Amino acid sequence: MIKAGNKEPYQQAYYPPVPTGLTRAMRNNIVWQIVRFFVINMKMLKLMRKSH
Amino acid sequence: MARVVVLGAGIAGHTAARYLHLWLPKAHEIVVVSPNPKWNWIPSNIWVGVGQLTEQDVTFDLAEIYKKTRIDFRQAKGLSLHPEGNAASARPYVTVESTLPGREGQLENIEYDYLINATGPKLNFGATEGLGPEQGHTVSVCTAGHAKEANDKLQVLVDALKRGEKKTIVIGTGHGTCTCQGAAFEYIYNVDHILREQGVRQQARIVWLSNEYELGDFGMGGVHIERGGYITNGKTFAESLMVERGIEWIVRAHVKKVEAGKIHYETLDGSFHALEFDFSMLIPPFSGVGLKAFGRAENDLTAQIFAPSGFMKVDADYTARPYADWSAADWPRTYQNPSYANLFAIGIAFAPPHLISKPMQSANGTPINPAPPRTGMPSAAMAIAVAKSIRDLLNGAEKPTHTASMAQMGAACVASTGAHLLRGSAATMTVYPIVPDYEKYPEYGRDLELTFGEIGLAGHWMKTLLHHTFIYQARMLPGWRLLPD
Repeated sequence: MIKAGNKEPYQQAYYPPVPTGLTRAMRNNIVWQIVRFFVINMKMLKLMRKSH
Repeated sequence: MARVVVLGAGIAGHTAARYLHLWLPKAHEIVVVSPNPKWNWIPSNIWVGVGQLTEQDVTFDLAEIYKKTRIDFRQAKGLSLHPEGNAASARPYVTVESTLPGREGQLENIEYDYLINATGPKLNFGATEGLGPEQGHTVSVCTAGHAKEANDKLQVLVDALKRGEKKTIVIGTGHGTCTCQGAAFEYIYNVDHILREQGVRQQARIVWLSNEYELGDFGMGGVHIERGGYITNGKTFAESLMVERGIEWIVRAHVKKVEAGKIHYETLDGSFHALEFDFSMLIPPFSGVGLKAFGRAENDLTAQIFAPSGFMKVDADYTARPYADWSAADWPRTYQNPSYANLFAIGIAFAPPHLISKPMQSANGTPINPAPPRTGMPSAAMAIAVAKSIRDLLNGAEKPTHTASMAQMGAACVASTGAHLLRGSAATMTVYPIVPDYEKYPEYGRDLELTFGEIGLAGHWMKTLLHHTFIYQARMLPGWRLLPD
């Protein structure tokens, strides 16, 4: 059996945060995204009201 | 009776024309001059560039739309402004050259009472040797035609990946002074998405190459948003997405030359590098379209009306100052030319007073800093403000009545990261204001309640909704005036 090598540290991809499985799942969860769709719309309307 | 001439029929010019048509009494004439026969919803070009949409899905014939209105459309490009008229008449006019098939090259002088310069940019591929689809080795998504060509080449690449070949894809900016990083950002993720859908992602190395100091700068000096109990810079989220999708990145880069299969670039530390590629989409730098201006005695007024970049001077404060002394008040409000009160410039056509991102130079003196963005939502806001001001000026107002400063308006950007009804996603970002105002918001320059970002399927739905809404609105179909700009 081949032992997996240690993950190379100190590389570009070593530092940034990476989404967990739950975060990734919620990004495509239909129910949650319908909620977010309305939230985003509300935020944009608020932004437009302030901009005009 | 007065005549208002609009040069350009992109997002800014066409928006101005629509509202002038709506608000000006019928006695006044509206003339739109554009060298392109088609209107293009540019934000969706990235989907043309990966084969998800066709050119026809993102464009329509301007003449066909204007025929239903009182807008007089001339398919021509503006050559020179004559704001004092000529020896024969003091009435201002613009000289245009027809691009209509069969009448190419014919010159015409169009007199005006008010002129809105909304020409957009010249795509200055020539600034970098070997850049661009026409004379160079890279593709572009800046026009629908370019995007179609990009997709044709991308599909050839996908076929090669399916045969098991390994390929390198480089996407980003093709010069140290580019703006519009957002388009490249969308394109890199849509290419990644397409390769995953085709099951060939593991065969490709994808590299982001840009002139930003850090990822997520977008020519606005980056943004801070509240998330997870922290106020975090957008760089963190931009890097996170790159890592999640397995994309490498190179920033602080000025592309010096592109050869077939090799990009030569310089970085801010003054070092020089080469990057081999099989497919590359690099955004070109923008400049003014090269309009000239002449006085009544044919004296050259170009330097008086236009900045050295070719963009038109407006009511901004162009006094050269160090970054620390920049102010939100430097940014224009009415978009009126300081020399000629009946000239306005909106969208990319106006000369910004300075960058938004901090100016940077490499150890060799090469500027490597993004130019400020002024497309999309801000362009439409400027167009509406200027249309209202011209309406009021024609009704007797003494000066412009409406303002749309980028330091007092927000912008929303929905950046696609993959198109699919159920598996798609987009990064939804808003900033307020676009130009940071450190007097009003001392810590981060922006209102953190109105500055946010998130990634998800809802963003893709939003982008799709905006695509259909804005094309419907631009086609001036029933009820268009009720839709938000």
